[in-house]
Amino acid sequence: MTDTSRRPGTSAPDGTPPRRSMLNDAGVRAVLFQIIAMAIVIAIGWYLVGNTLHNLATRNIQTGFDYLSREAGFAIGETLIPYNATDTYARALWVGVINTLKVSLIGIVFAMLIGVVIGVARLSSNWLLAKLATIYVETLRNIPVLLQLFFWYGLITEVLPAPRQALQPIEGVFLSNRGFKMPAPADHPAWWGALIALIVAILAVRFLLARARRIQAATGDRPKTLIPSLALLIGLPVAAWAVMGAPLALDMPELRGFNFQGGISVSPEFAALTLGLTLYTAAFIAETVRSGIQAVGKGQWEAAAALGLKPGVTMRLIILPQALRVIVPPTTSQFLNLTKNSSLAVAIGYPDIVSVANTTLNQTGQAIENIALIMLAYLTVSLSISAFMNWYNKRIALVER
Amino acid sequence: MSIKTFVAALAATVAVAALGAPAHAGATLDAIKKNGTLRCGVNTGLPGFSAPDSTGRWSGMDADFCRAVAATILGDAEKVQFVPLSAQARFTALQSGEIDLLSRNSTNTLTRDASLGLFFVGTWFYDGQGFLITKAAGVTSAKQLDGATVCVQSGTTTELNLTDYFRAHGMKLQPVVFESFEESYKAYFSGRCDAYTTDISGLASLRSVNAPNPDDHIILPEAISKEPLAPAVRRGDEEYFTIVKWVRNAMIEAEEYGITSKNVDEMKASSENPVVRRILGASPGMGQTLGLDDEWAYRPIKQVGNYGEVFARNVGPESPLKLERGLNAQWSDGGVLYADPIR
Repeated sequence: MTDTSRRPGTSAPDGTPPRRSMLNDAGVRAVLFQIIAMAIVIAIGWYLVGNTLHNLATRNIQTGFDYLSREAGFAIGETLIPYNATDTYARALWVGVINTLKVSLIGIVFAMLIGVVIGVARLSSNWLLAKLATIYVETLRNIPVLLQLFFWYGLITEVLPAPRQALQPIEGVFLSNRGFKMPAPADHPAWWGALIALIVAILAVRFLLARARRIQAATGDRPKTLIPSLALLIGLPVAAWAVMGAPLALDMPELRGFNFQGGISVSPEFAALTLGLTLYTAAFIAETVRSGIQAVGKGQWEAAAALGLKPGVTMRLIILPQALRVIVPPTTSQFLNLTKNSSLAVAIGYPDIVSVANTTLNQTGQAIENIALIMLAYLTVSLSISAFMNWYNKRIALVER
Repeated sequence: MSIKTFVAALAATVAVAALGAPAHAGATLDAIKKNGTLRCGVNTGLPGFSAPDSTGRWSGMDADFCRAVAATILGDAEKVQFVPLSAQARFTALQSGEIDLLSRNSTNTLTRDASLGLFFVGTWFYDGQGFLITKAAGVTSAKQLDGATVCVQSGTTTELNLTDYFRAHGMKLQPVVFESFEESYKAYFSGRCDAYTTDISGLASLRSVNAPNPDDHIILPEAISKEPLAPAVRRGDEEYFTIVKWVRNAMIEAEEYGITSKNVDEMKASSENPVVRRILGASPGMGQTLGLDDEWAYRPIKQVGNYGEVFARNVGPESPLKLERGLNAQWSDGGVLYADPIR
């Protein structure tokens, strides 16, 4: 101990070193309190876990994760990976996780796009556009999302006709209360060839842009990139598709038995859930975007105008990059909210992780394990989104020189 | 809602953890007497079994069983606190001690009996699973359902039987699974699904009470499973389990021996039949064996009625459900209703 740690009034009047209780030392006390707090937390946790296990055992309630390898025995309406009722509970739950990811990812992408458009529109000098955006935001974010899901689901299942009377706005596209059916290209290796060509084209465009940036930095002249990029993105896949046989056959949906067979289908549950979550979350993102743009100093607009830049270019190259630093952190929360809200799927019959885990819970009776698995799934997804957004936020953060 | 299930499961975890020492025999009975009310888990709304009527009073076969147990233990059939539960939440609610009795059209199965920490007290209604479908679909047998979209409520044996049946007959199934009963049948009536499946009694209830036009729908002839619906109590309290079990037996045996809520006083006073005298406590001793008084069976019969009266009032031909006794007739009338003897 040095004298600097001694607080005023603690030294004895006769100058001898004061007798000090350890408890009066701020440093010791801080550590002590933390140890006590920790011990209490551990003791409570120990008590709860021990008691739970004991009571589960006395009531003959099964515990453990053995059930995961047993046959599930129930069917799931929508799956991205092959699944049938003879598969295990583990696979059924995995199907649920993938369904949750599917709706979350698609929801996040569209919510972001709509959110940015609405957010910018709210600040538009066009009176009507700005008011419409305001009405959108105020209406959608003030109605509970569950009600909105019921609304969209009701709209699709009640208003659209039965499959036999399905609406057909375009040849081969059917709208009915069983969902939306569209023709899909019949399975052929050429489509895979085109997909690979598209990926190659994207990489090539990236290289092209990097090269353009280098040349601009060195010479001040930026080579044109728009037309070669588009040519690559469209030309390469088309060329690959043509070379590999140019198949034109389409898998058309047709009414067989109870419902349409073939083609691509979007179920009413998935459509309602995606629509509801996207539009709801977009309202919040719009507000974030608006506040982000407003956070950029007015001087930036004026400086851009003084340079003769058009408003669109100003927004894209000057305002949005700066606004992003304000927008990204709260938007991360909105992405997380959307993902977590997808658990409301169970109310409208979409087989997400909560729905599948609930069924599992009821068939096996193992509530604690299944709830733990649901929590683990959401925790993993949420932390992944959070980690990614934090990485992105760091990347775009203002680099001070 | 999923949130409800979450809360129920969390509550179960906390409650199971917080209860501390295991319940000693008879603890449930003591707690019910102390509360002065029986907390009884019922369906959120299945007319004929448990649903609030126009005056807000819970009625139905399951609700009446709650009343019968309350009459036995507390002396008054009205001392019941009805706790409406979803299929999802029901067993957790019982495990966690939120309710004292689960009387909610639940099928007795091996897995549930062995692994959920509960005891089924004996079948209260013999049922089977069937399909409801629109007449317009032109289907006359469940075997013609290949490729059909079927609405079903999650967390039920129904969901498994449905899959088993389609598998066994090599048919393709497109299930749409809802957590709430209401959402699931609403989806069927809106045309989202070709067929709806649950226990046949439930289908009858849906068709007569919830269908916009009952004549548009038919129940297919096949019963694809056995569904013995039974009330359940928590494990670990054998004394209370025994009481609830014998309330059921008493109601059924009362019908067998012709004791009704109307003639119960007269029979108690004047019947020479030794069985009737034992049931009604005219010859003492039976109640004491259960740890109760000798009017333990007299009260539910007087206040609620015998099994036949409960059946007729709630689901029988005179009720909106118009169900025949069928399997639920007394064993002496060609049914399978067979009470263990009170002696």
